[in-house]
Amino acid sequence: MRTFNYRRRKLTDQVMRGLSALATGCAIIPLIAIIGYVLTIGAGAMSWSFFSDVYQPPSSAPEPTADKPAPAYDPNDPFADISVAPIDAAGNVDPTVSVYNAAPRGGVLHGILGTLTIAGIGLLFALPIGIFAGIYLSEFRNERYATIVRFCCDVLSGSPSIVAGVTIYVLVVLQAKQFSAVAGSMALAILMIPIVTRTTEEMLKLVPETMREAARGLGAPVWYSTLTVVLPAALPGIVTGVMLAFARGAGETAPLILTVLGSNVISMDIFKPMAALPLLTYRYTESPYPGENTQAWGAAFVLMMLVLLMNILVRVATRKAGGNSR
Amino acid sequence: MEHAMTLTRGIGFGDLVAQRTKISQLSVATENKIEMLHFGFHYGAFKAVHDVTMAMPTNRVTAIIGPSGCGKSTLLRSINRMHDATEGAHAEGILRLDAMNVYDAAVDSVLLRRRVGMVFQRPNPFQLSIFENVAYGLRVLGIRHRGTLAERVEQSLRRAALWDEVKDRLHSSFGTALSGGQQQRLCIARTIATNPEVILMDEPCSALDPIASLKIEDLIYDLREQFTIVIVTHNMQQAARVSDFTAFMLMNREKRYGELIESGPTDQLFTKPHDKRTEDYISGQFG
Repeated sequence: MRTFNYRRRKLTDQVMRGLSALATGCAIIPLIAIIGYVLTIGAGAMSWSFFSDVYQPPSSAPEPTADKPAPAYDPNDPFADISVAPIDAAGNVDPTVSVYNAAPRGGVLHGILGTLTIAGIGLLFALPIGIFAGIYLSEFRNERYATIVRFCCDVLSGSPSIVAGVTIYVLVVLQAKQFSAVAGSMALAILMIPIVTRTTEEMLKLVPETMREAARGLGAPVWYSTLTVVLPAALPGIVTGVMLAFARGAGETAPLILTVLGSNVISMDIFKPMAALPLLTYRYTESPYPGENTQAWGAAFVLMMLVLLMNILVRVATRKAGGNSR
Repeated sequence: MEHAMTLTRGIGFGDLVAQRTKISQLSVATENKIEMLHFGFHYGAFKAVHDVTMAMPTNRVTAIIGPSGCGKSTLLRSINRMHDATEGAHAEGILRLDAMNVYDAAVDSVLLRRRVGMVFQRPNPFQLSIFENVAYGLRVLGIRHRGTLAERVEQSLRRAALWDEVKDRLHSSFGTALSGGQQQRLCIARTIATNPEVILMDEPCSALDPIASLKIEDLIYDLREQFTIVIVTHNMQQAARVSDFTAFMLMNREKRYGELIESGPTDQLFTKPHDKRTEDYISGQFG
């Protein structure tokens, strides 16, 4: 009897363990598939100029070199600037070098700078509001008000991002009669605030009550102990939340279509349209040129790497700040 | 007073009691720092402490002893209004610090806590350097001058008998990196740095090993020259060793609230208790 029970228990344990492992595997398959696919195809777009250059229209003309300079401009040729396919002596277009299967040209530097600017300004809007709201919910709460705010935050963080885009489109873009990067930042801030607020609140609640008591026992007012003791203790967690918010903002496409519009050049005027990596991905995906389709994957890859890099940088920075005494 | 200061440690219980008698004779003339008159404390509808009338003399150590749940921690924490943040907590009767009624509406609890410091059951240093831990209360008071801060920090660490152990790593080591006993002495240094008039200690040794506990007891003994100390403890031997006065509390089994059974000079309470329940408790018959 004893042996039977023991065996059954062992077996149940193994079955349950196997099922959990299988489910875990299923959960990470999409992640690995996406990263792998983006990496494989996006790698085709990678070159130095992809990071250092801005948009170039597709062209089959060879890149000018020292011994083969670009042909002189011919005013009679309507296509001279862009895409004259080489024509052989018989006057036939060589299909192998037509515009449609030309190699990718240009890069996404304008998109990288645009995304950093738009998401960065969005974070500047969202950080103070989100962190102070989180502090209020955790440290100074007035239960009824806090419940309402918490509920609104959860609804907002679950709502589709296009809603934020439409709202800013109506309230800002239409009023100013101008698409602009700063309008995009506002739309992203709407999406970032609930994330920052809720993470800040949760992380502050994890700080042991004894820390607050110690500060209170030394005659510190609540605001002082929050800033000097509670907030620093919760900082690593809050930073994670902030990075999550940045990643969410940097990856959003829908609100940007309605607010920043996009651009083909490097523009640092935040009151004018600007490029952004998700917008480039979106537009290049729809492009009829295979070279630009490849670049869409490349832009997606760069976006992923950008978020990852920011994450690592901020983590290293906060760990250093936490490891040293003042 | 001389007798009290020259008392040696580590002697037998009987000797201690004999010497304490002299202290209590001396202390008859001392004035009271804290006085409670029919003081009670509630958490909402639940009454935790009922009708306590006692006094805590200036520059003496007063111990509050009693079994778990008898309200001794509640009583201690009510002295500097640590319960203010708790929903529905309120006091009744009078609790006086010098001439000030602590529960008067005009008393600012933040300013009160600058006069009445607190050391907690578990050492709770901040996630800051050793220096910043001790300087915290000073910074709260608005002291920014570097020289003053350094001087006060050193002085406090010396008084807490921690200076020699940490002087080389004041800025490089976190307060949380110290051992448990060192952390508790750091917390005491942090409390005395602001020169409060009263120090409340809520079972300060219960999370420490016996050797670390003894160091804290030595410290308490030295500190009463300058501070009025109120200490809650489970440990009767500790109460007998460190305190001049002792209050014994017990939970009323019918009404479920804590009440004061008796209070008086420690030697008297431990040798000639007036109440049968005190006698039972200190002779280990229950609790």
